[in-house]
Amino acid sequence: MSNWLTNAFSTSIGKKLLMAFTGLCFIGFLAVHLIGNLTIYGGKELFLSYVEHLHALGALVTVAEFGLVFLALVHIVMGLTLFLQNLKARPVRYEVKKAAGGRTIGSSTMPYTGILILLFIIFHLVKFRFVDKTPVDVNDFTILAATFSQIGWVLFYIVAVIIVAIHVSHGLWSGFQTLGLSHSKYMPFIMALSVVFAIIVGIGFGFIPIYASIIA
Amino acid sequence: MSDTINITLKVWRQKGPGDKGHFETIPVKDVVTHMSFLEMLDTVNEQLALEGKDAIAFDNDCREGICGMCGCLVNGIAHGPMKAMTLCQLHMRKFSNGDTIAVEPWRARAFKVVKDLAVDRSALDKIIQAGGYISANTGGAPDANGLPIPMEIAEKAMDAAACIGCGACVAACPNASAMLFTSAKVSQLALLPQGRPEAAKRAINMMRTHDACGFGNCSNERECEAVCPKEIKITNIARLNREYIKASIGSDVM
Repeated sequence: MSNWLTNAFSTSIGKKLLMAFTGLCFIGFLAVHLIGNLTIYGGKELFLSYVEHLHALGALVTVAEFGLVFLALVHIVMGLTLFLQNLKARPVRYEVKKAAGGRTIGSSTMPYTGILILLFIIFHLVKFRFVDKTPVDVNDFTILAATFSQIGWVLFYIVAVIIVAIHVSHGLWSGFQTLGLSHSKYMPFIMALSVVFAIIVGIGFGFIPIYASIIA
Repeated sequence: MSDTINITLKVWRQKGPGDKGHFETIPVKDVVTHMSFLEMLDTVNEQLALEGKDAIAFDNDCREGICGMCGCLVNGIAHGPMKAMTLCQLHMRKFSNGDTIAVEPWRARAFKVVKDLAVDRSALDKIIQAGGYISANTGGAPDANGLPIPMEIAEKAMDAAACIGCGACVAACPNASAMLFTSAKVSQLALLPQGRPEAAKRAINMMRTHDACGFGNCSNERECEAVCPKEIKITNIARLNREYIKASIGSDVM
């Protein structure tokens, strides 16, 4: 099957467009997820009230979850395809190679941080999403408290969040660049926003396990 | 100030495309610091010739930094450590006495090593052949000011047109992508009215050819921009992306 749409998405730019669009969607998701999670700082009542209000959306939440799974599949499949193609594009590596000043920690580790984030998300979902919440003495707060009363999980989450922040520090501006949204007036702001957003994600999510371990 | 230095060259030697290749260590004495890097290689080759050995093959032509023929990785950086400079414009005074200098050819699946440091970059020509031109029928000369072009646009087109096709962007790219090259060649025409009629076909065909040649995918690492001797900006890549999107969804090109 070959039509204009599959043709458009089968080139290098086409695949990257899918990567950029899904990636920016996840950045939006991260922002919303973080805003919601910040309710933990308001204490148990506020946090549980947020959880309750979120689940009151019912089918909408399910639709959003399936949407996220779809976006994740596209992002992962495209990311791995591009990664493998890029490895193949230089079969003989350099013996001596130095960065000339363009790369950042974020940009040079994208495929690796990406794979680690995938592993983290699997753990995260098993820990907080696919867990039996039917018993009366189990709710999202008790799960949170039980998890982060263990120092191992606190450290695991902090490391994971730092990896997400590193991924995002390149992903945000890179997504705009790939979508062609580059302008001499706005690009410096978007590049700065990439770093600022990464720091917000890192600190915002990173302190939740610490705070939860204190109040647990 | 001393005008000569002693260096140790670690230069890539490879008999042909099928050969595995290896680094050869060549001590070079009394290198005049006013020589360019290529002139230094010339003197090494004279020395090798006198010893009855095979000279180091390397590409070069104008030696004025405008033809795009020369280029190697010098100590891991395309065209060496200086910004906005081709290898022929790099002078030995930029190195110190006792330095060990590693010299490697451009490496990419699309660039086969011909011999030693000489690389076949005809894949870049294939990308140009896929649309890096305009089809202008001959006729009466148009009026000089018949097509008004704002100064800023002309400047951007000219900046993109500064690309000499040396291949350093591909060499420096961690993914061996030729997006900076392709984007410069698309941009120089897409920005000007003369390039618009074929813009959609050009963007799509040049990208497809880029991929077919075996170049990698751009991941916005910006290494290309850092080594480009003509300082081609990655804003050109964003423009190519826009041109591609426009062509894919807004033109009749399948």
